[in-house]
Amino acid sequence: MMRNIYAVSDNIISSLGFTSRENAAAMLAGETGIRIHHDEQRYIHPLPLSLVNTGELNSRFQAVLDITKNDKPADYFTRLEKMLILSVHDALNGISLKINDPQLILILSTTKGNIDLLEEKFKGRFDHKRVYLWAVAYVLKEFFGFINTPMIISNACVSGVLALITASRMLRYGKYTNAIITGGDIISEFVISGFQSFQALSPSACKPFDQNRNGLSLGEGCGTVILSSNQPDSGYNTVKIMGGSVTNDANHISGPSRTGKELSMAINKALLESGTEPAKVDFISAHGTATVFNDEMESKAIALSKLGDTPVNSFKGYWGHTLGAAGLMESVALMTSMKRNILFRTAGLDVTGIMEKINVIKETTSSPVDSCVKTASGFGGCNTALVFQKT
Amino acid sequence: MDKLITSFVYIGEGKVFVNKRLIFYQEKIVTFAEFIKALYKQEQVSYPKFYKMDSLSKLGFMTSELLLRNEIQGRYQADSLAIVLANSSSSLDTDINYQESIRDRSAYFPSPSVFVYTLANIVIGEICIRHGFKGENTFLISEKFNSGQLLDFVSEILDNRRAEACICGWVEILGNQFKAMMALVENDNTILPLNPDFRPLPFSLTAITDLMNVN
Repeated sequence: MMRNIYAVSDNIISSLGFTSRENAAAMLAGETGIRIHHDEQRYIHPLPLSLVNTGELNSRFQAVLDITKNDKPADYFTRLEKMLILSVHDALNGISLKINDPQLILILSTTKGNIDLLEEKFKGRFDHKRVYLWAVAYVLKEFFGFINTPMIISNACVSGVLALITASRMLRYGKYTNAIITGGDIISEFVISGFQSFQALSPSACKPFDQNRNGLSLGEGCGTVILSSNQPDSGYNTVKIMGGSVTNDANHISGPSRTGKELSMAINKALLESGTEPAKVDFISAHGTATVFNDEMESKAIALSKLGDTPVNSFKGYWGHTLGAAGLMESVALMTSMKRNILFRTAGLDVTGIMEKINVIKETTSSPVDSCVKTASGFGGCNTALVFQKT
Repeated sequence: MDKLITSFVYIGEGKVFVNKRLIFYQEKIVTFAEFIKALYKQEQVSYPKFYKMDSLSKLGFMTSELLLRNEIQGRYQADSLAIVLANSSSSLDTDINYQESIRDRSAYFPSPSVFVYTLANIVIGEICIRHGFKGENTFLISEKFNSGQLLDFVSEILDNRRAEACICGWVEILGNQFKAMMALVENDNTILPLNPDFRPLPFSLTAITDLMNVN
């Protein structure tokens, strides 16, 4: 009998709020968090971005420092570390998890970590080692007092989904009993200029799967999920991780597959492992970056996997593309859909415009949501798919 | 099912070992660029894309070229070969170069062909493109080589038949400091006698730790 893997707690930190609940409330109220911002130090022209509120971040972080009686001052921590600590702290709130347990693993997902520390203005403010991704995980390990060496996954835009897949596999494999999976990335001069050089940024808030989509919107944030192979006490409305898969296009390092075959392969393998028929899938949370090629590829993959009628959305219109955090934040939003039986609209979408006919969600509606698929694709040709089921 | 290391490559301290045999040695390494170019030339690799790669991808690509000399691709389906690599500094070597290109507004030249390499897993993408591999792929980061994490990760994939073989190891570069190790690990049932001069090793903590200290 295969071991069940339960999602026992979660958190989202984004422009829309600092908890899963705050984010869900904002999304249900029809809010989105992408605004035109201008920080002349970091980017020449005004840009639509989704930013975490700095004042709120700092005051909530100080409150956590006070509660936990941590001996370090707030300015010891970088912006990313503050967000990650807040996210994990909130996810741990209200559940009983032994922190110094050798059966507990922390998995960090990030693409660029503290990359802003390479900027001139941060020179000399932090130990130079903090720019290493493992150093971010060590800050978390030390703050909370975890025992095991954290695992760190940095696999472009699939990092978050891949971290969840990895955690569920390690738990099922019997290596650990509990896993805290957290992912975060921040807005930096580095990331903005890079996506601009690719001409991948939309001049207005991104429009996933829309006929007029014209690129992605960058965002920053964190997502945390706590998984356990122990069944939680409240059996009702618990979400289980059923199976996942990772594939590679073997086609191009910065462009998606032309056929969607490899993402479809990941979806098929994940469904097979989960014992879920395509017809039983109630909802797909797609990557949906709103670049012309990504959304086209995804529509082909979804159709190839016989999921053309299944409701699909992209959460990118709410808080942009948050890179290493995206898969985690969107998985938490997906679990909100499951627990509340709500299909969230694809914010930014007016008129669907993709080659394959798929069922992109335009309006937020109530509907039974029991089985779901989360997908993500990224640079380096990587694709991931993860299947969730409600008990 | 038993899992066996059927071949491996080690690159470090100016030396290159393939299955414990020293095949290349540069006594005085001046720069990584010179080292890798000399190795590429000696091994008569012909792959024009190599010249476009950043240092991390060049290092990983050359290591995989030496590892896969025996044309294993015909033996596996495209999606039944996995790649799991790790390092300490992610893509920091290229990140620093990239940041330099945007440091000064009067000399602001962000380049997409540099930016794309500011992700550690691009090296996996390059290897997949070279051989048409479409299977499981993951890039892990750890301060030092973490044999336990790599063993668990790869064992889970092979034990659950997510792949029949896995290329795994370490590809680290920052400036002119570099080290790489890759091992081909295969489920025992699929083994063909490929290397008469190399007896496969059981895939264990001891074995992979030893492979990182071949020199």
